[in-house]
Amino acid sequence: MRIPILRLDRILLVSIQIDLSDNDAMEFQSDLVERVAEIEATGVAIDITALDVVDSYMARVINDTASMVRLLGAEVVICGVQPFVALTLIEMGRDLLGADCAFNLGQGLEILKQRIAERGDIRFTEDEND
Amino acid sequence: MTSTPFGQRVEIGDAADIVTARRAARELCERLGFGKADQTRLATAVSELARNVIQYAGTGHCLIEDGSDALNRRIQVVVEDQGPGIANLEQALTYGYSTSGGLGAGLPGTRRLVDDFQIESAPGLTRISIALNKPF
Repeated sequence: MRIPILRLDRILLVSIQIDLSDNDAMEFQSDLVERVAEIEATGVAIDITALDVVDSYMARVINDTASMVRLLGAEVVICGVQPFVALTLIEMGRDLLGADCAFNLGQGLEILKQRIAERGDIRFTEDEND
Repeated sequence: MTSTPFGQRVEIGDAADIVTARRAARELCERLGFGKADQTRLATAVSELARNVIQYAGTGHCLIEDGSDALNRRIQVVVEDQGPGIANLEQALTYGYSTSGGLGAGLPGTRRLVDDFQIESAPGLTRISIALNKPF
């Protein structure tokens, strides 16, 4: 099962809709880092609105993916953590999901754009799009 | 998956069964009148335990049952495997300890999510019983 990666200028959007097996997770992570490097993405939004259970394994997959993307130089936001997922994750242990979060994809994109602007390489982005 | 009047038995053999097991747990939880927070807690706990079965034993099964009495709603889940067992229970229940490169949150995290948590483990049989209770 491949997770589609959508492109919006130099921002990538991924929506995790299903529980990822170990293999799916590896494939998803390598697909995403490859794509981030290929287009030199400035930001990545990972949407998990559809996940009604995030166990410690899925939390690790999401965190690791976010860290990998950050290592390459892109900003990351996790979008749409469900309220009862948040409650359960914190009850299980702090720090299970450590990345920056947003209510939904729209807010996530705003945060990404703001961060990218703060970094100051927005001009570079605009030049390239000319 | 087999159903009895009191619950369901889910065989655990691959990653897809993790989803089947936790869905079955969530459904019975909802049917018994537990709220969404409890449904999510139990589904997550079952997910952790079923994942451990796959990771450490390969195969096993999970029994999800209605244990309600006159005073309390109760949902109980027993997850069993015939794997090598847990060498050091105390360590396995310590937050942050992992033999698999994981977060070490699985068992201790599960224990925090449920009202009752019992574990017995020896080579050839690991049985973890969890339950949620809610007064009527």
